[in-house]
Amino acid sequence: MDLSNYIYLSVILFTIGAIGVVVRRNAIVVFMCIELMLNAANLAFVTFARINGNLDGQVASFFTMVVAACEVVVGLAIIVTIYRSRRSASVDDASLLKR
Amino acid sequence: MLNLAVQLGSTKTPEAVLFWILAPLAVLAALGILMAKKAVHSALLLAWIMITLAIFYIAEDALFLGIVQVVVYTGAVMMLFLFILMLVGVDSSDSLVENIKGQRASAIVAAVGLGGLLVSLVGRATLGRSAVGLASANQGGNVQGLAEQLFTKYVWAFEVVSALLITAALGAMVLAHSQKVHSRNNQRDLSIARFRGASLAAAAGLPGSGVFARHNAVDVPALLPDGSPAPTSISSVLEARGDMITSKIFELQQKEEEEN
Amino acid sequence: MTTSSHLVYLIALPLISAALLLLLGRKTDKWGHILATLVSASAFGIGVSEFFAMQGRTGDARAATQKIFSWISVGTFKVDASLLLDQLSICFVLLITGVGTLIHIYSIAYMSHDHDRRRFFAYLNLFIAAMLLLVLGDSYLNLYVGWEGVGLASYLLIGFWNQKPAYATAAKKAFVANRVGDVGLSLAIMIAFAQFGTVTFAGVKAGAPHASTAALTAIGAMLLLAAAGKSAQFPLQSWLGDAMAGPTPVSALIHAATMVTAGVYLITRSNFIFDGSSTARLMVVIVGGITLIFGALIGTAKDDIKKALAASTMSQIGYMILASGLGPVGYAIAIMHLLTHGFFKAGMFLGAGSVMHGMDDEVNMRRYGGIGKLMPITFATFGLGYLAIIGVPPFAGFYSKDKIIELAFNAGGTKGIILGGATLLGAAITAFYMTRLIVMTFTGAKRWDEKAHPHESPILMWLPMAVLAVGSVATGFLFNSGNSLVNWLAPVLNSRNEVGGEELMKPIVVSALALLAVIIGVGIAVGMYRKEVPVVAPEKVSVFTRIVRKDLMQDAFNEAVLMRPGQKLTEGLVKTDYFAIDGLVRLVAGIFASTSTALRKIQNGYVRSYALIMVGGALALIATIWVVTL
Repeated sequence: MDLSNYIYLSVILFTIGAIGVVVRRNAIVVFMCIELMLNAANLAFVTFARINGNLDGQVASFFTMVVAACEVVVGLAIIVTIYRSRRSASVDDASLLKR
Repeated sequence: MLNLAVQLGSTKTPEAVLFWILAPLAVLAALGILMAKKAVHSALLLAWIMITLAIFYIAEDALFLGIVQVVVYTGAVMMLFLFILMLVGVDSSDSLVENIKGQRASAIVAAVGLGGLLVSLVGRATLGRSAVGLASANQGGNVQGLAEQLFTKYVWAFEVVSALLITAALGAMVLAHSQKVHSRNNQRDLSIARFRGASLAAAAGLPGSGVFARHNAVDVPALLPDGSPAPTSISSVLEARGDMITSKIFELQQKEEEEN
Repeated sequence: MTTSSHLVYLIALPLISAALLLLLGRKTDKWGHILATLVSASAFGIGVSEFFAMQGRTGDARAATQKIFSWISVGTFKVDASLLLDQLSICFVLLITGVGTLIHIYSIAYMSHDHDRRRFFAYLNLFIAAMLLLVLGDSYLNLYVGWEGVGLASYLLIGFWNQKPAYATAAKKAFVANRVGDVGLSLAIMIAFAQFGTVTFAGVKAGAPHASTAALTAIGAMLLLAAAGKSAQFPLQSWLGDAMAGPTPVSALIHAATMVTAGVYLITRSNFIFDGSSTARLMVVIVGGITLIFGALIGTAKDDIKKALAASTMSQIGYMILASGLGPVGYAIAIMHLLTHGFFKAGMFLGAGSVMHGMDDEVNMRRYGGIGKLMPITFATFGLGYLAIIGVPPFAGFYSKDKIIELAFNAGGTKGIILGGATLLGAAITAFYMTRLIVMTFTGAKRWDEKAHPHESPILMWLPMAVLAVGSVATGFLFNSGNSLVNWLAPVLNSRNEVGGEELMKPIVVSALALLAVIIGVGIAVGMYRKEVPVVAPEKVSVFTRIVRKDLMQDAFNEAVLMRPGQKLTEGLVKTDYFAIDGLVRLVAGIFASTSTALRKIQNGYVRSYALIMVGGALALIATIWVVTL
């Protein structure tokens, strides 16, 4: 099997994640899609590391995971705060900029 | 133009088998995230994808990352997601009807275009190179190799990331913390509220639930003197969840006859 | 130069009285007219005492000044609100307060049936104050304040009965016509300041000999425009006839004796300007000459007694303007005619008011006739004024008008003959229309309705008329004996008792010619109007008569030449403004508005849309990289 297949899988997952971010209304699902995109990127990193024969890609992937964890913690806290005040986790409801 | 036919060196057959079984499933699961009405289904599908990716990592000689993927992502992050889902309402299902005009179509076009370009670019970047493989890099062990990289070459980034983690933890605490605007109602306040209320119906306190011992008492409404169930005797949370025993079965026989 | 401390009371007293009557309103209804009359009389008293005080001084000390306060002080431009009472001003002060007081007295009776008599007296006092400020101001700017003040008072009094739309329109017409002149005055002040750096009479007088002739001509032309507006001179004459809408005492005081002569005052006061520019003098003479014939012609066709007198006023002021354009001695002669005219014309207006008072406010002379027997005192006083205006010796008009005719003939060459001829012709026409007026009104058969009961007016009305009649008889002789007025005014007007230019004819010949003209005019009028006068004006008359009846087409001219093109211009400007200027602005605004409306759709407030845009941005970025690394 060719290693580039991993890259293609990565791109497909990334694309689906991007669509999900734009299309889904539930803030939690949107977050999941962002995680999906990050994971797809990680897969690409790991594959690149294997192609290049050094561990730099894996280190980058490691950092991505840490940053993703931070992002999830803060993002979910924001969702909870919004939900507490607005009783809704829909991103469309938080459209105060329009008014 | 897309350079889809890139030769990067082949892998062994078992890995190929693994890939061709798991990769389509991962893609299907990803599509499922998009389609699922209930957020909890999306979360489960995402967990599946993450485990799949962990398996791929291990297959790609990234043992440490594979384990971390399972522990951190599938274990911690997804649990966090599920916690929040429970908090927000696990049963709420989303409407998938799009209400912004053209959003869905343009999203698909843009994302597919992005993917196509990415494939093309990646292909161009790797064109004419053969995979080196991690055999030599992982000579002293994958974990040791990564540790060496982290604490030598990437030590600065490592320290910065630690600061980021602490900041994020503090930020989450600040965001989730809610200041009490007024003190908690004590018994005296509640009593006053009952008597000062619009009607004196609740002055004597709400009726207790759980009259019939054959049921889990908390979800069984109390009966009023005329035999009809008292809706106020059940916690509104249970009612909202639909976890209430329907009161019909407790109504008196006599009343049913009357209705008939 | 003497400093005086009580000149200010001349203005302050009537001003305070006017303010009191206007602010206290109906509370002063019972005694308002008495207060106003007393104030006017006390102003006259101050004037008389100042006059005697001035006679007690000699030479330069005769002029008195008083600085009231420092008005404007901007850089080098300083104007004090200060007053100057010199030999010229005192003449006006006495005329304004004297005739003004008589007319106040007259008005007590004349306006006794009017609900708003108090308001009338308040306006009269306001006028007295403004007119005194006009003649007492020591700079053009102070004069300007008074100039606008009398314009305001005139407007208020013409439109006093503004419940009648025609009267209100007449007031507006007077106001607008005066504004045109006022623009001239303000321009003159600006040019004077630019030229001399000061606007005081003394400062301009000192600077005038060193100024260029062009500047003096410009200032003179602008001053002449101002004078034409205020004094109803050609081409701004059309408002005076309509101004007769005001109560008759107003016509007598403002539109005969005092305010309309302010233009003559302005020109004589600015003698140092006109002395330096023969072009400006020529313009003055032309305007005066045209107006004196113009007014006289209008007077011949008027059936309205007040309008006939108004036309006569226009004509007589034409004489004054003409005289003031004829060199140093002309200024003094103009002032002399102004003063005598103030007496006899005010007297005749009051007489006309008396007739109207007896005839239920009928003004059409064709409905008079034979009133002389019923109103003997009015007839007598009016008759004396009549003899004065047509210039029968030894009445006042003879002395002043004769001097003007003489002066006109002596202007030299063709100009002298033309001007002399015009003044002589004017004298003949004056005699004609005044005789027509008096014949139609006081003699002949009665033509009034049975309802009217002509009766003699009360003493409060005929007493002022009698005093003015005495003035019409005596003033001419008084002013002329030993050239007293000319010599009195000489320090201010630079006038000597020498008649400029070579004498064309001996003065006695001129007098004889003038008398002959008068006799011809009287003769024709008596011949025409002694017989039956139709009650309704005849329709079948010559084209000339018709044109004269329409005030020589002055209103039609104004409408065709000024009003309609003005309206067209305004409309054009409005359209240009709307379509071109506003259109451009609206176009720019519209472009931005529509662009914003289009762009606003992007900013719909939905996070997902912004995310989509981010995806689009990423796509663009990647595409760029793709293209660049191709």
